[in-house]
Amino acid sequence: MLETNNRSSFLQEIEDKREVEISSCFQCKKCSNGCPVNFAMDIMPHKIIHMIRLGLKDEVLKSSTMWACASCETCTTRCPNDIDIAKLMDALRQVATDSGFDTAQKDVPIFHSAFLSSIKKRGRIHELGMIGEYKLKTGDLMKDSRLGWEMFKRGKLKILPSGVRGRKEIRGIFDEAGRRKRS
Amino acid sequence: MRVSYYPGCSLEGSARDYDESLRAAFDVLGIELREVEDWNCCGASSAHITDDFLSAALPMRNLEIAEKENNDLLIPCMACFNRLKSAEKAAIGEIKTDVKTSYRGKIKIKHILDFLSEDSNLALIGRFVKKPLTGLKIVSYYGCLYARPPKITDVTDYEDPRNMDKLINILGAESRPWSFKTDCCGGNLALTRIDIVKRLSNNLFDMAVEAGADCIAVACPLCHANLDTRQKEISDEYGKGYYLPVFYITELIGLSMGHSDVEKWLQRHLVDPMGLLRSVGLM
Repeated sequence: MLETNNRSSFLQEIEDKREVEISSCFQCKKCSNGCPVNFAMDIMPHKIIHMIRLGLKDEVLKSSTMWACASCETCTTRCPNDIDIAKLMDALRQVATDSGFDTAQKDVPIFHSAFLSSIKKRGRIHELGMIGEYKLKTGDLMKDSRLGWEMFKRGKLKILPSGVRGRKEIRGIFDEAGRRKRS
Repeated sequence: MRVSYYPGCSLEGSARDYDESLRAAFDVLGIELREVEDWNCCGASSAHITDDFLSAALPMRNLEIAEKENNDLLIPCMACFNRLKSAEKAAIGEIKTDVKTSYRGKIKIKHILDFLSEDSNLALIGRFVKKPLTGLKIVSYYGCLYARPPKITDVTDYEDPRNMDKLINILGAESRPWSFKTDCCGGNLALTRIDIVKRLSNNLFDMAVEAGADCIAVACPLCHANLDTRQKEISDEYGKGYYLPVFYITELIGLSMGHSDVEKWLQRHLVDPMGLLRSVGLM
């Protein structure tokens, strides 16, 4: 529903809780025009900002825009009003996944969760194990299998994982992050 | 000279060629690399996309350890560099964070490109060039996160960086001008949005050819992964006959030094550079 008060509750959530200031946007479209992935977005980044101001939360969270974003930081670098648009995309992905929203792109959050779980286990990424977990969870085992074999033959996929000795410290960091998310 | 070295996870696996050539080149240059004791993953894109606390706390642990070692800290990966610089800015209060840290910002965090292109190091590298890379026409590809955003990376020429071009030229090769140095290859979408990666990388190949280059130099494991491992697929899909070997800058340095391990590194590539190197008499 369109909200007509000065700051929509969605805008407050993004600016106050997620700490990304977007109110100074004057819709110059520099972010959208310079975005290398804009062809894969259903709503242009400058429009996303305007929709947040209007409080159109569901419409924004349903969008494919933040899942196409490659975090290349071009928009953030060029914004004349110093808006951190790449961080806004992070915030939108976080709001969508934290609230269990049925997102437009399933593979991307599955990949990041497999990546983080690999760090949580050993403190370092074990590429082969991480990719295995990602593939199991997406159910797409055959995609890239030929490429995987080509890399394996060339010694580019390490079989045994390495890890840090300070695993307790790493676990502590993840526990603290979890507590903060719940509070 | 001694420096701290944070390899990052990719350099233990898919970017072994980068790690091996980097260590070999530093060995010849007489610069001691000291691997950061018990370093952990920086969290890369997955942490900042998922959780702000993790994205600062994971790299911070490495900075705290490195600061005790008290050397300049060198980082070969653009994503690691960006995350560790971001943690530095959080620690010194330039960006907001909830992470408490003992890191005081006393050491310098440098991407390998910055370190190697310092005047004294350029001169040092120049002295070890035994086999100038004459005849190689190279475009330097920096990718996104080396330079952007500049308030994190402290890179001043972020729209047109030149450090890698300086290195290419000192090795005797020709760095070709092009305006796609910092355009995105698809980065962390490597395994999830392959459609996007292919389209972006195809564009880079097209532009490299148009710039008159016969190969590409990179200084990031993810750029290499997207441009080297997917090149054949992209070439087939877009009906192009691309043959653009992708070299890590440290492999080019090793090659110019006449290092005996060069073939070991290069045989790990999917786009085999041997044909190109033979054609210009470098193999």
